[in-house]
Amino acid sequence: MKLYCLSNDPNKPCHILTFREITMMLDCGLSMQSLLNFLPLSFVPSNKLMNLPNWMPSDTTDPDLEGELKENGDRVFVDSPPEFCPPLDKLIDFSRVDVILISNYLCMMALPFITEGTGFKGRVYATEPTLQIGRLLLEELVVYIEQCPKSSFASQWKNFVHKCPYPLNESFKPKSWRQIYNMKDVNASLSRIQMVGYNEKIDVYGALQVIPASSGLCLGSANWVISTEHEKVVYLSGSSTLTTHPRPMDHQSLKNADVLIMTDLTQTPISNPDSMLGVLCVVVGLTLRGGGNVLIPCYPTGVVYDLFECLSGKMAELGVSNCPMFFVSPVADISLAYSNILAEWLSSVKQNKVYVPDEPFPHAMLVKNNKLKHFKHIYSDGFSTDFQEPCVVFCGHPSLRYGDVVQFIELWGNNPRNCIVFTEPDFDYIEALAPYQPLQIKVAHCAIDTSLNFTQANKLIKDLKPKTLVVPECYTQPPVSAPNLTELVIGTHAESSVIPYKWGEVINLPLKRKQGQVYFEPNVAQKIIPVEVKPGISLSTVTGTLNVKDNVHNIQDFSSESKTDKLVKYEWGTLNITEFMQKLSQEGVTDGKVESLGGVVVIHLQDEDALIQLEDNSTHVVCNADENLRTKIRNIVMQCLKKF
Amino acid sequence: MPDIKVTPLGAGQDVGRSCLLLSMGGKNIMLDCGMHMGYNDERRFPDFSYIADGPITAFIDCVIISHFHLDHCGALPFMSEMIGYSGPIYMTHPTKAIAPILLEDMRKVSVEKKGEQNFFTSQMIKDCMKKVVAVTLHQSVMVDTDIEIKAYYAGHVLGAAMFWIKVGNQSVVYTGDYNMTPDRHLGAAWIDKCRPDLLISESTYATTIRDSKRCREKDFLKKVHECVDRGGKVLIPVFALGRAQELCILLETYWERMNLKAPIYFALGLTEKANNYYKMFITWTNQKIRKTFVQRNMFDFKHIKAFDRQYIDNPGPMVVFATPGMLHAGLSLQIFKKWAPNENNMIIMPGFCVQGTVGHKILNGAKKVEFENRQVVEVKMAVEYMSFSAHADAKGIMQLIQHCEPRNVLLVHGEAAKMQFLKEKIQQEFSIECFNPANGETSVISTPVKIPIDVSLPLLKAEAKKFSSLAPDPKRRRTLHGVLVMKENSTCLMDVDEACKEAGISRHVVRFTSTVQMTDAGPSLTTAHKLQMLLKEKLPLSSVIFSEGEISVETVLVKVEGDDDDDQKSVYVSWTNQDEELGSQILNVITNIKQF
Ligand SMILES: [Zn+2]
Repeated sequence: MKLYCLSNDPNKPCHILTFREITMMLDCGLSMQSLLNFLPLSFVPSNKLMNLPNWMPSDTTDPDLEGELKENGDRVFVDSPPEFCPPLDKLIDFSRVDVILISNYLCMMALPFITEGTGFKGRVYATEPTLQIGRLLLEELVVYIEQCPKSSFASQWKNFVHKCPYPLNESFKPKSWRQIYNMKDVNASLSRIQMVGYNEKIDVYGALQVIPASSGLCLGSANWVISTEHEKVVYLSGSSTLTTHPRPMDHQSLKNADVLIMTDLTQTPISNPDSMLGVLCVVVGLTLRGGGNVLIPCYPTGVVYDLFECLSGKMAELGVSNCPMFFVSPVADISLAYSNILAEWLSSVKQNKVYVPDEPFPHAMLVKNNKLKHFKHIYSDGFSTDFQEPCVVFCGHPSLRYGDVVQFIELWGNNPRNCIVFTEPDFDYIEALAPYQPLQIKVAHCAIDTSLNFTQANKLIKDLKPKTLVVPECYTQPPVSAPNLTELVIGTHAESSVIPYKWGEVINLPLKRKQGQVYFEPNVAQKIIPVEVKPGISLSTVTGTLNVKDNVHNIQDFSSESKTDKLVKYEWGTLNITEFMQKLSQEGVTDGKVESLGGVVVIHLQDEDALIQLEDNSTHVVCNADENLRTKIRNIVMQCLKKF
Repeated sequence: MPDIKVTPLGAGQDVGRSCLLLSMGGKNIMLDCGMHMGYNDERRFPDFSYIADGPITAFIDCVIISHFHLDHCGALPFMSEMIGYSGPIYMTHPTKAIAPILLEDMRKVSVEKKGEQNFFTSQMIKDCMKKVVAVTLHQSVMVDTDIEIKAYYAGHVLGAAMFWIKVGNQSVVYTGDYNMTPDRHLGAAWIDKCRPDLLISESTYATTIRDSKRCREKDFLKKVHECVDRGGKVLIPVFALGRAQELCILLETYWERMNLKAPIYFALGLTEKANNYYKMFITWTNQKIRKTFVQRNMFDFKHIKAFDRQYIDNPGPMVVFATPGMLHAGLSLQIFKKWAPNENNMIIMPGFCVQGTVGHKILNGAKKVEFENRQVVEVKMAVEYMSFSAHADAKGIMQLIQHCEPRNVLLVHGEAAKMQFLKEKIQQEFSIECFNPANGETSVISTPVKIPIDVSLPLLKAEAKKFSSLAPDPKRRRTLHGVLVMKENSTCLMDVDEACKEAGISRHVVRFTSTVQMTDAGPSLTTAHKLQMLLKEKLPLSSVIFSEGEISVETVLVKVEGDDDDDQKSVYVSWTNQDEELGSQILNVITNIKQF
């Protein structure tokens, strides 16, 4: 069994696992860190962004590079449609991938890069919410980028990266970066997904069984149990043990794995999501009461549902409930609608509401009461008439490189009464804001990441007791941001050996299968005659016709007409020579001459022209073609040996 | 226990009161727990005393409910709270949401309107529902360490499911009610090739091959339209959830298209609530509704308004949907009594009616209906039967059998005579056993048992290697030979040497070598070749290979020695005791050679 690591971002994982001749991709996350090196896309031309000065490396005068790079403060940005770093395609040919397992909707943004135009012919499995909400994220991304077409694509800069200032010079493999896919690829790619339910046993080409188990992180999020009759591999992706809206994490099915692959732990190891949510509420309250607006860059699904619920309550408490919340995304309406029809994937508290029947999330009620208003874009019909300040705006994209958030920063950036609150943990907020600086707007950083932190992860490992634990190398060292916090690692575990891996590596996993399974038909079982060779251990020979269908091995009884229908037995133990000689003479063979040579005893039967060679574990009868004699000796040998 | 036993307590050669007992692998499972709508006495509920006198918890491992129709779940609170059952009850999420509402509805009609005694209370419905475990489609649920269940989509009504049940190596599929063609709001039933030992299928429409859905719909709309055109009133008795939503969608779009003005009423406070369920469980409806639900909710009706009892006597045309669907009680019956005597009016029965109900009577052409209080109602209104009920027809049932490839079929929930027809058809077409037990009668289905045994991989691999090295021959059988090592906690099949090692004993190999003297001039190699040809001819089923001067017949070795210029040759035949039969046979062949 081998594991290939194709993504350098453990929070946007992409692996290949080869196991029993099956090539399986585990997640296909798309790293978006590359975005931060690009200028924001604005659908209303922005004076500020357009007028940024060009930047050239000091000793370069390449005219092709002219205009590709822009400078703001101490940062340099690429003026081009943004590019993304897809999973590594050098280690494996994607047309060879048999199966893709998707853990959650945040780990599938690279799917069109894998399945379209690569000759991919395999199957893709995901839960229903992962497919439906994943579709929203993919479509939103494509709409955001396509609505701001750029006239030119910058490419020369990639040859001068080493001469660029930080952080552009440290960008990861920029030559492998690609333009985003189009809507056609998105639809084609998603149409390959087969929807599965939690704890549904999915047969993979008769070789393996895979089962998604609830992971507690978001609607439909799953961990995967990959097993045969004798082996169990668990792939643990984004998981959460906190109580939010999704179904709780299922620990039971992950226990006692031979191999546990663990990835996608928290991106905010130092802060705790509850206190961050508290800070967020305070910041929003203060800002609104001071007459300022709150801008919350976010994804159109996920934690944002909890924010609607929590903030609306808090705003009522603080007496600012007359301030509306706006949710702006090309998929806002669908996201709100879908979240309320996925009851079977929710926590039991939310699930019980639909039995009344009430909507599981309060945002349907907030929409009905005009507390929450949703629009596809800020230029959509009705937005300008409904828009009222002060207010809270939720919109994408959290990288601040595209989406309506770009317009809101233009609108509110120069007023210190306003506040931008970063709640999504995917992007460094300082880098996200860099192209817009200088800004007057207040900045609050309250990243809410409900994924497992290191304490929770270590506790989970102790509980799950895998024989081998496989984790990204970076989890075995303290985070770069806090090198002194040595407790922020996956520690050593008495019962598990740890194997670290990193981008571009192929590692061998210790899984040596020793056993398989066959099925006996009853008449095969009936013919079993156990012989106890030692207390508690019995042996019996078994012979049958083997039928193999879909990798299931059935043993049937030989039909009676078969000439091979005989019972093969095996002899064991040592032969007692005294007893043997006695029996020989009883049968009238009295001329045996015993000779001992080393460990070998040879009995010569001179009259009969035969020779019997005896060793501890073997007997060899050598004679002429006299079958009467041979049969006689054979019977005696058999009487002196034990059989099973 | 290799047998599967099925005993219907209801729905055996009968429609209504579905309740089956399934026994396999030492486990007892109750499939559905329905009531019979045609009776007001103890025949209403299944006869649970068949299981035990008193509480049945000790005798039943779990209860599975297929869908929310009362003929499948109506006796549930009676069984769990009044007979006594505290074990788990499984059903899908929509069924869990909707069943208690229908139960409460039915309780009210029975107790408050009909004054029935000894009926379950509202609290009992609540207590019963606390025992329910909701399941999701395709999720594998372990009831205990031995029973595994899995739900499949059944169409029929919102949340209806077929259940696959496995105990040990035996498996059963219970369909509940299902339909194999998608309709206006539900998809078609689906199951994979799960090859159960037994398929228990409903057979409501066992002999019908229904005409195309479109024709039936057109027919229905035409009749309604004609009736309101002549100023008549149309009564459509329905159950609150299910067919009602489909017919509403149908009339709504027709009214819109034809610009009709006659009012359509839906006589139930439940409508909005009912539609809310459809909204929230939209994932259980069909593809089209799922796709468009964000833009337009199919269940917000513009033309259909709430009904008030006072409207019964209103003049002029109208269309009224009223519950219950079989005209056995409640508002639909009340309206029927008023409207039946007028020949301008029409009643459309969109579903199946059980025996004993008014619906059943008028569908059979009764021109007068007599009620408990001697009231006689003349039926002059047009009576139309429209089969919209989403059950599988004969074709659909055959399709399902084809899909899941069962080893046996058992028919329930249908009329005896029709079942017999279908039974013969199934036996003919699929050559599999088909059962249709009556209530209280037990069908015993014997199944082949397969015993899972661990096997060492080297043994399997050695066999596979040997098999693939041979020339392909479709007639050749694969043989697996090994030694079963049985220890206290494990049993494993392995190769003999591995087995001896595992058991900690040493094998004793007994070998025989016999020498035959024969006369054959020429090099010994030539003699060997001749021998090989001969053995090939005499032993056509064995592999005879010549290599490095030796002939091997399977594992028996034959070797020729002697000088090339000597006529005398020694032929050695050597084999182990395990090849005694073959070895002595070869020796015999060689001994008997007189001349090549
Ligand atoms: Zn039904």
